[in-house]
Amino acid sequence: MQKPLNSASKYGTPQALSDPRWLRYAAIGITLVIIGLFLVLPLVTVLIEAFAKGWSAYAKALTQKDALAAMRLTLLVAAITVPLTTVFGVSAAWLIARFDFPGKNLLITLIDLPFSVSPVIAGLIYVLIFGAQGWLGPWLSAHDIKIIFAVPGIVLATLFVTFPFVARELIPLMQEIGHEEEEAALSLGASGWQTFFKVTLPNIKWGLLYGVLLCNARAMGEFGAVSVVSGHIRGLTNTLPLHVEVSYNEYNFVAAFASASLLAGLAVFTLIFKTLLEWKQAGKG
Amino acid sequence: MPQSNIMPGFRPTMGFTLFYLALIVLIPLSAMLLKTLRLSWEQFVAVLTHARVIASFKISFGTALLAATIAAVLGFIIAWTLVRYPFPGKKLFDALIDLPFALPTAVAGIVLATLYEPRGWIGKVVMEVTGVQIAYKPLGIVVALIFIGLPFVVRTVEPVLQELDTAMEEAAASLGASRWQTFLKVILPNLLPATITGFALAFARGVGEYGSVIFIAGNMPYVSEVVPLLIITKLEQYDYTGATAIGLAMLIVSFLLLLLINSLQSWLRRRGGQL
Amino acid sequence: MSIVLSNISKQFGAFKALDSISLDIAEGELVALLGPSGCGKTTLLRIIAGLEQADSGEVHLQGDNVTQQPVKNRQIGFVFQHYALFRHMTVFDNIAFGLRVKPRKERLSETVIHKKVHDLLNLVQLDWLHDRFPEQLSGGQRQRIALARALAVEPSVLLLDEPFGALDASVRKDLRLWLRHLHHELNVTSIFVTHDQEEAMEVASQIVVLNHGRIEQKGSPSQIYDRPANDFVSRFIGHTNIFDLAHDDAGWLKTLGLVATNPNDRIAHVRPHHIIVEKPTSAEAPTIVLQDWQHLGATIRLELNPDGRKAPESTIYAEMPNDRFHELALNRGDRVAMKVKQAHWFSVTA
Repeated sequence: MQKPLNSASKYGTPQALSDPRWLRYAAIGITLVIIGLFLVLPLVTVLIEAFAKGWSAYAKALTQKDALAAMRLTLLVAAITVPLTTVFGVSAAWLIARFDFPGKNLLITLIDLPFSVSPVIAGLIYVLIFGAQGWLGPWLSAHDIKIIFAVPGIVLATLFVTFPFVARELIPLMQEIGHEEEEAALSLGASGWQTFFKVTLPNIKWGLLYGVLLCNARAMGEFGAVSVVSGHIRGLTNTLPLHVEVSYNEYNFVAAFASASLLAGLAVFTLIFKTLLEWKQAGKG
Repeated sequence: MPQSNIMPGFRPTMGFTLFYLALIVLIPLSAMLLKTLRLSWEQFVAVLTHARVIASFKISFGTALLAATIAAVLGFIIAWTLVRYPFPGKKLFDALIDLPFALPTAVAGIVLATLYEPRGWIGKVVMEVTGVQIAYKPLGIVVALIFIGLPFVVRTVEPVLQELDTAMEEAAASLGASRWQTFLKVILPNLLPATITGFALAFARGVGEYGSVIFIAGNMPYVSEVVPLLIITKLEQYDYTGATAIGLAMLIVSFLLLLLINSLQSWLRRRGGQL
Repeated sequence: MSIVLSNISKQFGAFKALDSISLDIAEGELVALLGPSGCGKTTLLRIIAGLEQADSGEVHLQGDNVTQQPVKNRQIGFVFQHYALFRHMTVFDNIAFGLRVKPRKERLSETVIHKKVHDLLNLVQLDWLHDRFPEQLSGGQRQRIALARALAVEPSVLLLDEPFGALDASVRKDLRLWLRHLHHELNVTSIFVTHDQEEAMEVASQIVVLNHGRIEQKGSPSQIYDRPANDFVSRFIGHTNIFDLAHDDAGWLKTLGLVATNPNDRIAHVRPHHIIVEKPTSAEAPTIVLQDWQHLGATIRLELNPDGRKAPESTIYAEMPNDRFHELALNRGDRVAMKVKQAHWFSVTA
């Protein structure tokens, strides 16, 4: 595929397209101010606040019992949801990128649906099914099964909000790669699984990894949906973002920002990985 | 290209995809719908026309609209600058644009509250210079939603701008158009669909936003209480009827916005194909 | 291996891609499926391979009905139009792929695979590229690696989809002859798809001409060229002059030597080299004017305009050897005499 030549970005601006100097400087100025105030400053602030009372207070905040419990729960939730969302994403992407069938566009829209639903509603729907007054509530309490205000509810809510993450990365990627290489593998005698693992997977691995990382970042960082179903039980159903909220509301800013710094670190790591991936691909093209 | 029908795995992937979609998304969503159907129309209307509910809808939609508009303008400028003007550190800044996507909303919430509160670094300066308080006011919500909405606009406009053939602008210039005329008559019409899509995405996200808003909003009923917070409040008071009714109204809005965004995007793709 | 197709039909929505195709291909042939784009030739090739399912009809390879067999059981080698080399594998790993995915019981040892791959690389004369990745190769090299990969599994049928379509003109010429010679060496029954009649004539031992999902004619290149079965084949293969009794006066045609042999015949196709041009012998001969001529290398193409047929589409093209043209020493605007040596008559079917 030949990209149209964008002379402005590659070879500097041609004479006819150069904007007045004041305009260029103003636009660059606005961009830098916005990025500085909105993106750089918040990241810096997280660190400043986290270390406001020194390294030892930071370390202590992260090693207290509730913080450790929140970290464990966050890791557990991610460990359950990320593989499920990944398997679903690969399956949906294979289906959508490799086959034509009626209702395909509707399916794509439905997969995207959780993106446009408020996280609070994502939590609410599970409360309405599994909560004490929900449909299955009486049956669940009769059998002593807890879903809402317990770990299963948190997992379900996280599954909902991370639902499209992997599929969304893979569908356009697999459509762009096309299916000729897979046909070649099949014509050479490879089985379906052999074709997937030896041909498809190596081709989509970076996109898949990025989708998994995004999914993981959301799974570990989800706040609204989890907040509805968790019940905020200290040491039991508080994930790291909920621990941030609770600590902040108790004016324990060091604890709040120490936990926040971990989550911000995860976000920065995800961004760095994404950027490296884009540079790698740009270098190829 | 016609899809080949010898590709293995149609039945299992179709089966699993539909099963998982039903289990995680469709059944829970329809459960809410059915729950609302149990309410009588009067009950439903009574919940939604309560003054506090109306106020919260006004606040959510008003702030989201204002924030998405500001994000559309700022995002357009940022996308333009990042694509067209060379300056040091550009790649780094470009990478940072996605931060609001990746940063957990609770973290964004407490940081923005800390920065914009009357004693915070930015809040203090604004307060001293203009006398306006940002945090704990509806204005705080707008600030948080601009933060959340900005990358939607930048990331929708940027690729279109990159693909935009500069020869069109050169043609306009060769035909005697001034730079300003070229911008209005050639560049803007080509970028407008993407900007509107970015605006709609930012707006849709803003209406339902919770985590980054509640710390900076102040959460005063009738003044700075957003709809998602009201739903949680109702739940905490075991008012399931209220929560469900408000939730359904929000869901319908989300559906409509999703529909709008999808048709905007397909319009964008068709236009893109013509370029 | 012989290939027998019986009554193959395939429909894409409302579009009839293949309409009841039956075809026998003998062992060891090198067959060209030739036709304009959209005629169904690629679909037919993919159905033989098992990459596509026919709506109805049967595919027999070496007497076995393989219609229901998936591609992996058909023992075919398929060379894709854009090669479909695995971009994440070296040239060596690409060629070894088919050998390595075999079930453990049938799989060769790595040493044997190694030797086999290098033999194939030598066969396609690219052994020195074995550790490159596909994106580091030129188009012609990719094409040959794709062929080596297809040959690695020792297919009994080799299928090639527009094998030269994506190549530069100069590389294409070389590869055509190379493929023909390789086929002589290996003698694997092979079918390739092309829309280029010159390519089909040059490479194939048998040509199948397809149009609108039907077979128009099957035969050797000389049969196709010298005895076209119908109007379409004659037009599609090589250049031809068309005379139509509906527009052209039968008496005038008779003076050129064009006489219908069958009462139903209406249209005569005449190859340019079947038209003999000479200096006019008498003043009564019909007036034909040499309007222009072009140098095509060994031959000269003449543009002739008969008097009374002034429309540009009525120009008659003739070809003669270079030496002969110089002997005649003709100039633009000269009157000439012309005779038709051979023509193909077709009746018109609506």
